[in-house]
Amino acid sequence: MSDPMTRPGVTSPRDGSGLPASDLSAGDRPGVEEKPEGVTRDLGRLGDRKKARLDELARATADKGGVSLVRDAFRRLRRNPVAIVGASIVGIFILVAIFAPLLAPHDPAQRFDELTKNLTVDNIPGASSEFPLGSDPLGRDFLSRLIYGSRQTLFVGVVATLIGLGLGVLIGALAGAFGGWVDNILMRFTDVMLALPALLLAISLVAMASRSSQWTVIFAVAVVNVPIFARLLRGSMLAQRESDHVLAARALGVKGRSIVLRHMLPNAMTAVIVQATLTLSTAILEAASLSFLGLGDPDINRAEWGLMLGVDGQRYFEVRPELAYYPAIAIIVVALGFTLLGEAMREALDPKNRR
Amino acid sequence: MSLLDVRDLSVVFQRRGERPFTAVDKVSFSVEPGQTVGLVGESGCGKSVTSLAIMGLLPKRGNRVSGEVLFEGADLLKLRPDDMRDRRGRDIGMIFQDPLSSLNPVVPIGLQVAEVLERHRGMNRKAALKEARELLDAVGIPDPMRRLKEYPHQISGGMRQRALIAIALACKPRLLIADEPTTALDVTIQAQILTLLKQLVDETGTALIMITHDLGVVAGLCDTVNVLYGGKVVERAARHELFGRPRHPYTHGLLSSVPRLDSPRGERLHAIPGSVADNIPWVEGCAFAPRCGNVVDACLEGTPPLEPTATGGDLRCNNPVSEEVAVP
Repeated sequence: MSDPMTRPGVTSPRDGSGLPASDLSAGDRPGVEEKPEGVTRDLGRLGDRKKARLDELARATADKGGVSLVRDAFRRLRRNPVAIVGASIVGIFILVAIFAPLLAPHDPAQRFDELTKNLTVDNIPGASSEFPLGSDPLGRDFLSRLIYGSRQTLFVGVVATLIGLGLGVLIGALAGAFGGWVDNILMRFTDVMLALPALLLAISLVAMASRSSQWTVIFAVAVVNVPIFARLLRGSMLAQRESDHVLAARALGVKGRSIVLRHMLPNAMTAVIVQATLTLSTAILEAASLSFLGLGDPDINRAEWGLMLGVDGQRYFEVRPELAYYPAIAIIVVALGFTLLGEAMREALDPKNRR
Repeated sequence: MSLLDVRDLSVVFQRRGERPFTAVDKVSFSVEPGQTVGLVGESGCGKSVTSLAIMGLLPKRGNRVSGEVLFEGADLLKLRPDDMRDRRGRDIGMIFQDPLSSLNPVVPIGLQVAEVLERHRGMNRKAALKEARELLDAVGIPDPMRRLKEYPHQISGGMRQRALIAIALACKPRLLIADEPTTALDVTIQAQILTLLKQLVDETGTALIMITHDLGVVAGLCDTVNVLYGGKVVERAARHELFGRPRHPYTHGLLSSVPRLDSPRGERLHAIPGSVADNIPWVEGCAFAPRCGNVVDACLEGTPPLEPTATGGDLRCNNPVSEEVAVP
């Protein structure tokens, strides 16, 4: 309420000398009643102190406009160890991707003579002081390629998720806002897409493209996720339609467009945003799967974890299994990071956990 | 001319393949400018459906609304949806039961007040927020400048209801419908909110329809009271008449069910026997007959008519409680 004492984050005054008459702290003040002499002077001083204390409290609470939904969720997130682990993994991954040129010891596309001269079908040079993880099958620095691969993975994952999110939100919002036959048509369409296994759908989409590039992969992964977003948003939009505050807004004569955009959509988006974090990890896995199956970007110079695992790792597994291990571990850890973060966000934003 | 004249308003809910259910059955009442009218009855008697029908907020499908709702002479039920939307919030405001769920949880209070002002009075955001601050101040919210930026979950229940009242009165509507505005609040806050409502209604000259099951609310606020039972008005009387000399056995039962502080210790609380589930359809007789102590044969032979009483009210009863019997 308005009482600043009950607000979180504001500690109640503790020092023992002030406010004998105050109801907040009368009990734990030993010694105050034992000095009847000089009461008037004390009271005057205490009055000043009290005023100062109140001003201080007012200042402490004044500019905090309270805790918004997001800030509240963030506070809860910070206390959750799962969220910390997830966020750390994701954070490190993003930093590595951004600073790849600084971190990588070599150019990922360059073939080094030192490596190629020892390169045969049954021997791939291992770790050396100059090449910490050794060579890949074409005589390039494996560590640099791993580091640069994070960029590709992040790019594909984020862009595919955003495209999927955008299309899904559009479809879901239309279906949820209009209801009726619009809803029916759009939802039957998403049902058809949901009925196909995700990876199979993605493979068919990539195979349909005349020439595969990284954009066909991104597009395929995005499309696979559209029905999930659409369904989710549509469901919560429909729930919002029946909610009291939407009825109240209608009772105020608010126009249909504002009701959808201001009253329904923002309230319905929470679930979708959380799903987007979780989708980042599936998008990364799906993109890697497509590359693994040889349906990804045909450019052999581009470092990509799925491709490294699928082509090099698989083919030379008996010669140097590390070629498969490292990209696989990278994919697993990053996907796990996004999943943990997404799950923690879902928990933090869940209104049922609110006080 | 009355401000609002509801004539023979009926709402029938019907889903395909199911028996139609008459939630509101030819209800008529009128509201004069500046007057406070109570709609009283227990759960399921059609109070809220009546208010939603007046506002045109019932779902488009699955129900049939008939009759007339004349607001300053114009039939609201015949208005085009766009015109009705322009009137809602501007001419008729509404306050709902649960202040938490009636506010948008992701929009700060200030914007929610400003939204109505922007919508109906064409104000820009800045002017609307300034006006919103004054409105919040007028409904007794302390430190309104700060509240403008706060979200509904951050303020107390009483303050939320105050904010809702501010929103409903933002455009100075001529009629305010309050649908159980105090049910979700605790008793001390209830009193504050009712005082506030009364004060605002008096100040602005807004007419008020008070929908409630709480007779205490009616006693403090309403000029005229309509008692609803099973979707029909069973008694209409001025407040003093109704509380002093209830004529319908249902009203009488309601009033005697109110626990009193001065009743002797150990006395059992009075209750109306049975429940709404015992009702018989109005076409077969008086819906209240199965629960009524005064039932006579005529009660099971068709709907009793709503007839004017000597004291200026209306009564739908074959065998009313005699005028001499005072409420215990």
